[in-house]
Amino acid sequence: MFKHAGSLLEMKGITKSFGENHVLKGIDLEVRAGEIHVLLGENGAGKSTLIKILTGAYQMDAGEIFWEGQRVELNTPVDAMQLGIATIYQELNVIPELKVYENIFLGRELKRSGKMSLLNHNAMKEEAQRCLEMLGQSPALADQQLGKLGVGQQQLVEIAKALTLDAKLIIMDEPTSSLSTKEVEQLYSCVEQLREKGIAIVFISHRLEEIRRLGDRITILRDGFKIDTLPVKTTETDYWIELMVGRSLEEKFPKQSFILGDEGFRVEDLKVDRASEPVSFSARYGEIVGISGLVGAGRTELARAIFGADSNGGGKIFIDNQEVKITSPCDAIKSGIAFITEDRKSEGLLLDQPLDFNIAMANMKKFKSKSKLIDLNAIRVTAKEYIKELKVRPGNIDLNARNLSGGNQQKVVIAKWLCTKAKVFIFDEPTRGIDVGAKVEVYRLMNQLVESGAIVLMISSDLPEILGMCDRVLVMSEGKITADMGIEEASQERIMKAATGG
Amino acid sequence: MSQVVIQKSETEAPKQKKGIKNYLSKFGPLIGLVILTTILTFLSDKFLTMNNLMNIARQSSINALLGIGMLLPILTAGIDLSVGSILAVSIMIMGIVSVNMGMSPILGIIVCLAVGAGFGLLNGLLLTKLRLPHPFISTLGTMNIARGIALIVTAAAPIAGFPYLIQFLGREFAGPIPVSFILVIAVYIIFHIFLTRTQTGRYIYAIGGNKEAARLSGINVDRVLAIVYTISGLMAGLAGLVMVGRVNSAFPLAGLSYELDAIAAVIIGGASFFGGVGTVWGTLIGAMIIAVLRNGLNLLNVSSDFQMTVIGAVIIAAVYIDVLRQRKSKKG
Ligand SMILES: Nc1ncnc2c1ncn2[C@@H]1O[C@H](COP(=O)(O)OP(=O)(O)OP(=O)(O)O)[C@@H](O)[C@H]1O
Ligand SMILES: [Mg+2]
Repeated sequence: MFKHAGSLLEMKGITKSFGENHVLKGIDLEVRAGEIHVLLGENGAGKSTLIKILTGAYQMDAGEIFWEGQRVELNTPVDAMQLGIATIYQELNVIPELKVYENIFLGRELKRSGKMSLLNHNAMKEEAQRCLEMLGQSPALADQQLGKLGVGQQQLVEIAKALTLDAKLIIMDEPTSSLSTKEVEQLYSCVEQLREKGIAIVFISHRLEEIRRLGDRITILRDGFKIDTLPVKTTETDYWIELMVGRSLEEKFPKQSFILGDEGFRVEDLKVDRASEPVSFSARYGEIVGISGLVGAGRTELARAIFGADSNGGGKIFIDNQEVKITSPCDAIKSGIAFITEDRKSEGLLLDQPLDFNIAMANMKKFKSKSKLIDLNAIRVTAKEYIKELKVRPGNIDLNARNLSGGNQQKVVIAKWLCTKAKVFIFDEPTRGIDVGAKVEVYRLMNQLVESGAIVLMISSDLPEILGMCDRVLVMSEGKITADMGIEEASQERIMKAATGG
Repeated sequence: MSQVVIQKSETEAPKQKKGIKNYLSKFGPLIGLVILTTILTFLSDKFLTMNNLMNIARQSSINALLGIGMLLPILTAGIDLSVGSILAVSIMIMGIVSVNMGMSPILGIIVCLAVGAGFGLLNGLLLTKLRLPHPFISTLGTMNIARGIALIVTAAAPIAGFPYLIQFLGREFAGPIPVSFILVIAVYIIFHIFLTRTQTGRYIYAIGGNKEAARLSGINVDRVLAIVYTISGLMAGLAGLVMVGRVNSAFPLAGLSYELDAIAAVIIGGASFFGGVGTVWGTLIGAMIIAVLRNGLNLLNVSSDFQMTVIGAVIIAAVYIDVLRQRKSKKG
């Protein structure tokens, strides 16, 4: 392993408040060259805020930052960049129309010497190829149009960009949350290669297995305090969880089984678009049906077609054995279907509106009083109940959604749909980006939903979650359902086999 | 190993930031109006008189009515460039009905409002049925169509001599208070209730905040947008009615470039051009600021050319404040 020369970065006593919300309360963090340093903490613990201070996006209220032993001020993102701190954001900052190497050198293009200051495409291409090779990628990638690549490769391009900037520290905030299994593997090996080269990585993740696999040291945050920094190899995962949530978690999957009712939901020969294969399946009341498959297998497309979010290529949908016509989300909601989308920011939230409005949005009709006016107080009361039930923090319904941490935003989206009291709930990757404790809360909620007689369809790429919570598993591959098995016959291997079309 | 003792496992819910900055962004337009009024009071002794204030109230009413109509498209992250032209075509057709054809003034009023709403609906349908890419385009088209029709219907001749009932709103006073101003206040109260307390009103904010999230939440976006543009057109018709009362005539070039003042009122009033943010009372204050500025500069004998310059500067300053606020809320 890399021999630690000394600390590359030291943050001491970092404090930050947003108004009366004290988010960071004197955090210390030490990162060494050539280590993968994981930040772990519940949703809203302050992880993203801490790294935003490090990248110069936010200003701290108190504290000191040392870089290679020197005290530094990070007032703008440029300051951080010049020191050699690079960040891979979840929302990628790329221009799809440009080529990969053009993206890498965007804003600091290499010029030919001479008066015309023409661009030196060859030099840029070569440098980009060199960095891509360092990440184990084919150099030919440099010449491709960026928009044609998958999310995972686009992310690698961002990392290559960091390398051309001579970054010594690369920060990754939940980098794997929207990648397919294959892309995730690629990212892991790339991160490991960076470590070999002596680059430090700060890695934020809620996925405990990947922390175990990649991390060298782990710093645990809780409610804005640093609890501890531990070596990954010699400590138990359960101990991390205990430090992180302040108590031990009894079970990761609180599965309860209920007596199944009638077949309440059936899809017959639904075509996602005209060219695609027809899909049929059904689900019974009291059942949690998992929809597994690789990213890109067409699971979200199927859900959107059922929900009327995109026009479909024909097919029938039955609720309680009655055919329902769904041509818009509006129809779907009227028929009792709820769809908790995967991308909360672009499809779920009104970022500049308070939480109560966000929660009531899909459900305004229910809050009309006799006078036809909206009963604002009833909205507040209901919103408060859900906020409390889902443990959204901070639990202030007047806060705008933008000001919540990623995981808490996800909970608000879930609250919005619970509020519709639908019969069929389609969850698309419901636990992506939320912490272990909150995951259990979401699972409990699903239990409650099926107990009260609803149907839950859960699209998930997380196999343990599928195996742990579902009664039945559908596996999709290339737009078709390739397996439909009861949970007792399901296993990781069988699901993977069906998912890869075997 | 360092261990930190945690006093409370639950973070207490913080109240939303109540700093002075927050007040500034919330009451910025009102503070601007107060400062402006104070300065003008010192500069001109004619400014703070009952007579002059009522004058301002009357002068502001047309822009206030167009402004409140304009607020709706802007809340949905859209725009309505056609209101000035819709105003003109509404009053021209009203003139034909109740002056040239001599039909009942009530019918004239109904026709005026219906023509306004009808052109508004056309805007809405162009946007939602033909799926024109942006309301800038659909309303730019309607702006020219409506103006053209206003000119065609009387071969560009003005119409004068409207019956009293039609002139009532724009001309009469209740004691010292102009009826048009009372109308404005009533309309604003109705809009306030509409936007904050009705389903459609809330949906307007939802669409402006995030159109895709609104659609996936079961909101019939097209229907709401059609309503929004219809209402904007209706308010143009109503503003036209007030205008006819003020000048006792209808002419085809009436309301030329009024849409720009209406947009200015909405933006000065703190609404965001990106949609989802803005209030009825902000718009009222925006309209008042423009009217007070015009009136004050007139009292100070500032030439109208120079007035344009000042108002332009105020628009830029107000939008700059909006930009700062956006930046602040994004960065935290
Ligand atoms: N711009 C802001 N304005 C006000 N409060 C904010 C802002 N950004 C973050 N917060 C608050 O700071 C706290 C910490 O948020 P942060 O995003 O750092 O959490 P996190 O640890 O990254 O959580 P997650 O795992 O959910 O991403 C939260 O309570 C959040 O509501
Ligand atoms: Mg975060």
